[in-house]
Amino acid sequence: MTWNLKNGPLLGAALMLVVLLAAPHMFYPVFLMKVLCFALFACAFNLLLGYVGLLSFGHAAFFGSAGYITAHMVKALNFDPLAGILVGVMVSSLLGLVIGWLAIRRSGIYFAMITLGFAQVIFFLSLQLKFTGGEDGIQGVPRGMLFGLVDLTDTMSMYYFVLAIFLCGFWLIYRTINSPFGQVLKAIRENEPRARSLGYDTDRFKLMAFVISAALSGLAGGTKALVFQLASLTDVNWHMSGEVVLMTLLGGMGTIFGPAIGALLVVTLNNYLAGFGSWVTIIIGAIFVSCVLAFRRGIVGEILEKVRTWPTRHKT
Amino acid sequence: MNAEYIIETRNLNKEFSGFIAVRGVNLKVRKGSIHALIGPNGAGKTTVFNLLTKFLEPSSGQIFYKNQNVTGKNSASLARRGLVRSFQISAVFPHLSVLENVRVALQRETKTSFHFWKPDSSLNNLNDRAMAALEEVDLADYAEDVAVELPYGRKRALELATTLALKPEVMLLDEPTSGMGHEDVGRVVDLIRKVAENRTVLMVEHNLKVVADLSDTITVLQRGQILAEGDYEEVSQDPAVLEAYMGGHHA
Repeated sequence: MTWNLKNGPLLGAALMLVVLLAAPHMFYPVFLMKVLCFALFACAFNLLLGYVGLLSFGHAAFFGSAGYITAHMVKALNFDPLAGILVGVMVSSLLGLVIGWLAIRRSGIYFAMITLGFAQVIFFLSLQLKFTGGEDGIQGVPRGMLFGLVDLTDTMSMYYFVLAIFLCGFWLIYRTINSPFGQVLKAIRENEPRARSLGYDTDRFKLMAFVISAALSGLAGGTKALVFQLASLTDVNWHMSGEVVLMTLLGGMGTIFGPAIGALLVVTLNNYLAGFGSWVTIIIGAIFVSCVLAFRRGIVGEILEKVRTWPTRHKT
Repeated sequence: MNAEYIIETRNLNKEFSGFIAVRGVNLKVRKGSIHALIGPNGAGKTTVFNLLTKFLEPSSGQIFYKNQNVTGKNSASLARRGLVRSFQISAVFPHLSVLENVRVALQRETKTSFHFWKPDSSLNNLNDRAMAALEEVDLADYAEDVAVELPYGRKRALELATTLALKPEVMLLDEPTSGMGHEDVGRVVDLIRKVAENRTVLMVEHNLKVVADLSDTITVLQRGQILAEGDYEEVSQDPAVLEAYMGGHHA
């Protein structure tokens, strides 16, 4: 039992790496890049929901604004693609610091509402500010030359660039969850008053987790802007905030791989059901409802639970 | 100000929108003693506890800890100064392992709690001390179990081990024996006596036998006010206490 659980993430990571390295030879690379960006976004969101117990309903603000900043940096100011992404990450981290600082003073539904409120402000700014291009967004963003050496207009090079970013982000999330900091986060999630009574200033830990989550959401958003060569209002819309909640819950919140699986599922459904037009929303909604009713822990969560209880069930 | 008292409150008041839960409480807890707060339901015992540990903000009055005014400090900072509380309902971290529960307490002093870039295996050097704390409360055999799966009595023991791991100067125990079976109560009483040897214990407790067994000083609260104070002999003979606490029908 312990063998399975302890080595699970390692095995999962190895398997994932092999699949991801080989995938662009079998599937459409742009689709895969989209999955990777959303997977990173969902994993970053899950750091907050699954490991601190904070439900943010405004994560599109970080995802989308980093997209705009990256697109602007690369297109208007001729930044290196990676530098453009990093500036996007910086901006989303700062936004995370400000929004998080105000939002963590409340919990539950109030926390969600504050984050949603700020996300709407960001949406409004994205619509009104000059550099964001209003309804048109920023189009035709050049992917450029990475470090002036690697031509990212080549789809395969772009894929491996996105994969590298995803893996770095994913590793950082894994590291954060399994760190001394992550231990305190879990303690706060489990019993915040008790964590305070042990001498932890829980607000500072929550804020730090919020900023890390915002930064990594920005990393995902900035990368997505380069993949699609576009930053648009879709990515700052509150629908996007809802979608990431959906991905995380479907895959299994509080699990390491769950949100990535959830993202894969939602993006795949969105793509392959595109033919049904506006019915997609209804189909995905129905799937979501049945998933939540049938397996509350999400896909990966249920599998882990099966693995965990399997030996005991078969002993008796 | 007297150095003999480790906690002192001056005219402590707490009002909840018109309802006065705590009224003019001047509590003095002698260093090194076991001090019990008793009183009928709704007397304000837990409110006093919450005020002392800053889980509630007093409406007025002051709190002194080791002769320092700590009225403006928050609960985490009080805990770091050595004033650590337990809760009425067992306060463990349900989905952490028993060992991790204690280790979280020990982890604070490592100063690495914000280090999100370090592997959590860096905390393994605390495992020996965590195990030692668990052995003190007979939980060593359960170290790998998930806390939520422990029976109630053991959860309380785990909570105590976690609190003890911080080596607090003052332990505030909110109903340490509530909801326990008979044999568990005896174990907890022994445990409290053991851990009180080199520290101060302030506890809220309903079980008068436990109070009589353990306490050096007893403060009786009624309707948010101090009704009587003294050792068990004095308090149990006090007519006002008999009237209020036993409803005047003391056998």
